[in-house]
Amino acid sequence: MRRVVVTGLGLLTPLGQGVDVTWKNILAGKSGAGTISTFDATDYGCQVAFEIPRVDGRGGGGPDVEGSFDPNGTMAPKDQRKVDDFILYAMAAADEAVKDANLPDDEEVRLRTGVIIGSGIGGLATIEKTALEMAEKGPRRVSPFFIPSALINLASGQVSIRYGFKGPNHSVVTACATGAHAIGDAARLIKYGDADVMIAGGAEASICPLGIAGFIACRAMATDFNDAPTTASRPYDRNRAGFVMGEGAGILVLEELEHAKARGAKIYAEVIGYGLSGDAYHITAPSEDGDGGLRAMKAAVKDAGIDVSEIGYVNAHGTSTMADGLELGAVERLLGDNAKNAMMSSTKSMTGHLLGAAGAVESIFTILALRDQTAPPTINLDDPEFDTPIDLVPHKAKPKAMEVAMSNSFGFGGTNACVIFRRAP
Amino acid sequence: MSDILERVRKIVIEHLDADPEKVTEKASFIDDLGADSLDNVELVMAFEEEFDIEIPDDAAEHIQTVGDAVKFISEKSGG
Repeated sequence: MRRVVVTGLGLLTPLGQGVDVTWKNILAGKSGAGTISTFDATDYGCQVAFEIPRVDGRGGGGPDVEGSFDPNGTMAPKDQRKVDDFILYAMAAADEAVKDANLPDDEEVRLRTGVIIGSGIGGLATIEKTALEMAEKGPRRVSPFFIPSALINLASGQVSIRYGFKGPNHSVVTACATGAHAIGDAARLIKYGDADVMIAGGAEASICPLGIAGFIACRAMATDFNDAPTTASRPYDRNRAGFVMGEGAGILVLEELEHAKARGAKIYAEVIGYGLSGDAYHITAPSEDGDGGLRAMKAAVKDAGIDVSEIGYVNAHGTSTMADGLELGAVERLLGDNAKNAMMSSTKSMTGHLLGAAGAVESIFTILALRDQTAPPTINLDDPEFDTPIDLVPHKAKPKAMEVAMSNSFGFGGTNACVIFRRAP
Repeated sequence: MSDILERVRKIVIEHLDADPEKVTEKASFIDDLGADSLDNVELVMAFEEEFDIEIPDDAAEHIQTVGDAVKFISEKSGG
């Protein structure tokens, strides 16, 4: 059986551009939240979001603020007009991941390298803006770049065009489980022999009027923390009141083990398990017993061929909603007597919920937790609602000796994914 | 005419991020200025907006250079 390892990482998150700055901020327990700066959110129930810090000042960034994102470093201004931000973010993270993997300049390798980048919603801001323009000016004013800017699989398309990756070109759309599904599916494509290398992950850019209003209408977002943005995302806390939206992208380079070894690649971790399931229950709420998530975790454990006692850390879906408790109960049932030995945290307390990018960003955090033998914290966990044997790593990162860690992602529609990684030897 | 040329050049330079020196009357959007077919569509839309005219699709297909655009717009706006 072909084995799959991780040889490149790329991140663009509300905690900055780049893996190093984001991870540094995660381990420091920093929140990337603020009052929405991309548009005037005064009339919105939720005025808080986790925006990417930009050099132009948005999202709390600036030319002198470490990790601030400069879009011109990723794409020429004339090309930025032709893509929605979710594609721009995917390109930025892919650039970092591809550079990190240091793939050889070889057409044979490019023919066997594929791309599978997903998004929960895709070019929502572009769709919103274009619809408004069309209502005002008529159908002839719709840009020829509107459709290729908004289509979700165009993130994969753009990355393949930039680098000449001619292997499988695919995408995933499973709401907030997108990033995890992209990684798991990419690993399967490599195992099955369709590709030797896959660029996999997720990207999301839904902090726009329509996106915020839509999730508020779903009663999914925290609306009680407009005066204290950094405290709004508070998984497992008694006062949690909904998720807070984030944006960005996470991209991984996955590679067949022998392929990576033959070229002397740096190996971060091995993708050892992947599990999927459906709730078949409700369009937005998870099944009340957490059974859907549990079945995805069990499938991933079986795929990995491990004993649950090996799992040292779980990066939770933990969105800061009522569902936190359902996932926690499911993980307790999965781990049984081993629960007291495991740590589980929700990094969404620091990044917000990156929707379709969450699973990829959090898989990267899971891999870095294995590398550094450190569990990232759950911040804002001031008043834990749940009495659990699992250490939820409140406030501060903790050292943790471990070989195996997993990342959970669950999406609207009752779709669940779990990915398990083993530390690089 | 020269006013139209300058306005067309400004749009072309802006949309294609082109070197102003290369944006001559003879310059072809695709062959000389790096545009693709979708860029051409967008340029025509920008001309329509700037000059408040309508450029039908069959006419748009023949607008391949800066000079083509200036000629069409001059005739259309009676200038």
